[in-house]
Amino acid sequence: MPRASDEASTLRVENLDVTYGRAVSALRSVSLDVPPGSVVTLLGANGAGKTTLLRAVSGTLRLHRGAVTAGAIRYGETVLDGQDPVAAVRAGVVQVPEGRRVFAALTVDENLRSGGLGLGRRTPERIKEGRERVFTLFPRLAERTRQQAGLLSGGEQQMLAIGRALMAAPKLLLLDEPSLGLAPQMVERIAEVVREINAQGTSVLLVEQNAGMALALADHAHVLEVGEVRLSGPAAELARTDAVRRLYLGEADATEGATGHATDETAPGGPERGAA
Amino acid sequence: MTGLLDTLLAGLALGAVYALVALGFVIIFKASHVMNFAHGSLLLLGGYLTAVLHDDLGFAGALAVGVLATAALAGVIDRVLLQRLPQDPKAAHVATIVTIGIDILLVTDLARRIGGDLLSLGDPWGDEVRTLGPVTVADSRLAAIAVSALVIGVVFALFRYSRWGLSLRCAAEDTEAAALQGIRLGRTRMLAWCLAGALAALAAVFLAAFPATGLERTTGQIALKAFPAAILGGLASPVGALAGSLVIGLTEAFVITYQSDLHVLGDGLSDVAPYVVMVLVLLVRPNGLFGAKGAARV
Repeated sequence: MPRASDEASTLRVENLDVTYGRAVSALRSVSLDVPPGSVVTLLGANGAGKTTLLRAVSGTLRLHRGAVTAGAIRYGETVLDGQDPVAAVRAGVVQVPEGRRVFAALTVDENLRSGGLGLGRRTPERIKEGRERVFTLFPRLAERTRQQAGLLSGGEQQMLAIGRALMAAPKLLLLDEPSLGLAPQMVERIAEVVREINAQGTSVLLVEQNAGMALALADHAHVLEVGEVRLSGPAAELARTDAVRRLYLGEADATEGATGHATDETAPGGPERGAA
Repeated sequence: MTGLLDTLLAGLALGAVYALVALGFVIIFKASHVMNFAHGSLLLLGGYLTAVLHDDLGFAGALAVGVLATAALAGVIDRVLLQRLPQDPKAAHVATIVTIGIDILLVTDLARRIGGDLLSLGDPWGDEVRTLGPVTVADSRLAAIAVSALVIGVVFALFRYSRWGLSLRCAAEDTEAAALQGIRLGRTRMLAWCLAGALAALAAVFLAAFPATGLERTTGQIALKAFPAAILGGLASPVGALAGSLVIGLTEAFVITYQSDLHVLGDGLSDVAPYVVMVLVLLVRPNGLFGAKGAARV
């Protein structure tokens, strides 16, 4: 739950414009806040700009030939737009990339060690604490420290990717589609983990296509459509609006068969139509 | 029998020295996707500095300066020239071509300074030979084997246990994921170049030592033999570079010893043999001995 709200650890995105290759506009005037201790989710279809926003925060836009062309990103006092990823990690903002991206040829233990590399030298104490935290959260990883990460199951890899990020002792965790390609049971487990991490005092910015899961977890939600914020509000309120129910929660309308339950990544038909 | 053991030791010594060079190639390739064609001229620079400084500084001092200066130059080449190019693995061939240009510059200048001379590096082994049971072996060869084994062991330990080694392996596997951990990609890459430069400078000492007659302007071309060694091993695999170097070294030594028996194939076969072996191995294993290893579940 939110601790005493200190301005020092609020992520503030203001009127952000992002362009790829100097030509393709990916985000237009996007603003959002992630207050300390909160979970904020970002919903939207493929190509809406969700990942782009995370890249802008974590400083990896440049690897994709993207750049912030207007606006600002601040985490507390630290300016993050235009910085490299090292700056974000040092400021306590760590991203778990979409598709997990664990280092497949390295062992579980080495993957966790890699998460602590951003802390700089002489941090054995924090590394040890981080490892204990990760193993408490994911006992299954503790049993597999010497195993090659590429041989873990999808769910275990997602746990490892989150664990790796936790090794840097983040104050704000950026999660890009953690439920992608996972079995429903595992999605439930990941949701529990996010709740637990948040309860330990880490704020979370969660990007999801699984809107059901995301809205259940989040305090606040934003809906992105073709690079612009279309809807914002408390998650519970947004979950009740017609547009969100129809487009993101997959509730029946005239043109689609009644599925009745939360969408998953295999049913992107609705959101895509919404973006068109 | 004696001949066989002699040849085996000679091959091992050659392979050990090639390994220093090939390991540098592989480290650079792994770190930056660049084939460093300037590796031979870096080697020559290290040897040249050792040669001109050993009168004043002694062998150890001169070698230290040679190794450090070569490491520094390699790091500068990467940081100042190559890292400014587009950092896309698909654009690494541009950087590779830049290294050809650097090689031409360096070799031209060093060849001008060395001229037709044979420079002594003032190494402590001279032309001493010792007899160990049935074999006779040059001290310089024993030193090459011992020093290479030690240095390569240290490099592998760095790979496995140091922060730099872990950073390098992460960046080689997934640049973006590595960046997201806060790994300093530019610095990791530069240090890889430095290490490779240092290894090349060290190799120069053994390439110029007995039974070779000294450092010549063509000594750097030895690096060309480490190319097949690295490719044979799989190009991005340090263990492969080691195995490939031993294969090449032993092949060369045996071809030299039995040259007269292979006379039908023409003279100078030992220069060609590394490439013949490379082609034969690649026919059977297109990814090299240790290439593309490891399974991944997606």
